[in-house]
Amino acid sequence: MTPDIDKLTKVASQVRRDIVRMVHACQSGHPGGSLGCADYLVALYFHTLKHNTKFDMDGHGEDLFFLSNGHISPVWYSVLARSGYFEASELVTFRKINTRLQGHPTTHENLPGVRIASGSLGQGMSVAIGAAVAKKLNNDSRLVFSLHGDGELQEGQVWEAAMYASHNKVDNLISTIDVNGQQIDGPTDLILSLGNLRAKWEAFGWEVLEMSGNDMTDVVRVLDLAISKTSKGKPIMILMQTMMGNGVDFMMHTHKWHGTAPNDEQLAAALGQLEETLGDY
Amino acid sequence: MKKYTYTEKKDTRSGFGAGLLEAGKKNDQVVALCADLIGSLKMDAFIKEFPERFFQIGIAEANMMGIAAGLTIGGKIPFTGTFANFSTGRVYDQIRQSIAYSDKNVKICASHAGLTLGEDGATHQILEDIGMMKMLPGMVVINPCDYNQTKAATMAIADYHGPVYLRFGRPTVPVFTDPDQKFEIGKAWMVNEGTDVSIFATGHMVWKAIEAGEILAEEGINVEIINIHTIKPLDEEAVLKSVAKTGCVVTAEEHNRIGGLGDSIAQLLATNNPVPQEYVAVNDSFGESGTPDQLMKKYGLDTEDIIKAVKKVIKRK
Repeated sequence: MTPDIDKLTKVASQVRRDIVRMVHACQSGHPGGSLGCADYLVALYFHTLKHNTKFDMDGHGEDLFFLSNGHISPVWYSVLARSGYFEASELVTFRKINTRLQGHPTTHENLPGVRIASGSLGQGMSVAIGAAVAKKLNNDSRLVFSLHGDGELQEGQVWEAAMYASHNKVDNLISTIDVNGQQIDGPTDLILSLGNLRAKWEAFGWEVLEMSGNDMTDVVRVLDLAISKTSKGKPIMILMQTMMGNGVDFMMHTHKWHGTAPNDEQLAAALGQLEETLGDY
Repeated sequence: MKKYTYTEKKDTRSGFGAGLLEAGKKNDQVVALCADLIGSLKMDAFIKEFPERFFQIGIAEANMMGIAAGLTIGGKIPFTGTFANFSTGRVYDQIRQSIAYSDKNVKICASHAGLTLGEDGATHQILEDIGMMKMLPGMVVINPCDYNQTKAATMAIADYHGPVYLRFGRPTVPVFTDPDQKFEIGKAWMVNEGTDVSIFATGHMVWKAIEAGEILAEEGINVEIINIHTIKPLDEEAVLKSVAKTGCVVTAEEHNRIGGLGDSIAQLLATNNPVPQEYVAVNDSFGESGTPDQLMKKYGLDTEDIIKAVKKVIKRK
């Protein structure tokens, strides 16, 4: 299938609008990382994943995705809604009382598309490995994808999982790290530097790919490439360079929009930079 | 006093190993994970029979809990095995988020609980695990009393859908329950009917309660002994019915007095039928190295301690 980059880019623009509107409406949430990962998640759900939007927890015979850095829930909720898991109109309930769209994703409210709670960082890779191993036991040839923050790599459990996946040849797993270089308190280089991520993941026995996470053409290319590397005895890691806040000029080049909501004026300015392509919810 | 005898002593962890093998034979979705303690958890038989359904995780308990949660997505029924300390305190947040809050069908199987782990000392002797686990919404907490009951419980939890904490131990203890028993989660077992005091005991303390009951019977004190193998959900009906008859309570557990079985019983009684209660439990301290028998004596968890508590609580009626 030839990906329609233009179409994917248009979806991503709408998803970015959804993100800033959701975060503005509840005056909380994490717009920065959400905007940065919009292209990846749109490419994943609208191009890469072989999945059923009629949700089934076990996901037999379909590709699965796990979001480990659960605080970027706005982008995931928007992509799930826009790809048909639930009505986009539900996005208006984000972080509000009695919502299925909790601040961090959960299975607790039975939101279609979510298979594990995340938010407390560092746990998603282990879960993704478990799901990938279950697929192997079930002779299910579909794949498991996961997304992680770069700051999240400061959690030790990630490295336990990294060791396990290569030792046990979990080669139906494609993990991606959002390398935006920012965390809540500042740049990762100042808080707790991550060092040479390629060297680290290679040393842990993973096949490592790099991707420009805000270039839709490259995202699609690298995701396709990653799939071609599965079933070869190694788990696959995509180091995805993104810009936190991507798409909204005043939210880029800073960690300040990691967990801050825009005011009315900032919302208007942000929406002015993002084309409405699928209709606002 | 109903007569209980035993012909052999066995460790409850071996009951787990035997139950796991049976559960594996009965249901091919049952899988097992271990964090470098196969021998201690008695998982060898399962591994020999079902090598492709066993996962050696290495010394990485947090990862083990996450992988177990992931395995349920795809229909597996994972049993994790490590010491109670590493099954709970070390991985509390992983259990909380990835298993309990996510409502995953994981069976957390924990050996070497409490003081009777013995010589390894306090770093390994967790006395807070029942409390931590019972506080998690939706978590079932089970602490069986002997080999047969542990085996039956292990098989029963495979048939139950939802997260379970199964706690057992290292030492050999009398085997006195029915080898063919059907284990009912949340259903207390009436060990001995009596009228003067209700002794609610769990785990290794059940046999000690029976020993205490026999001695007290000779002194004319007629004790009711109930085995609370399932601490959560608590069999409230059985507890309230017993207390309505006896009017006083002794709880016995190999756990800190804070947060364990005793507190569950006290909470139930406080809101329904407040009566005098005495705790036989560790008095808010860590353990230490020693033989299991020495430790149970030193920390007030012996047969004599149950007898003293019974006499004290009857006086308070």
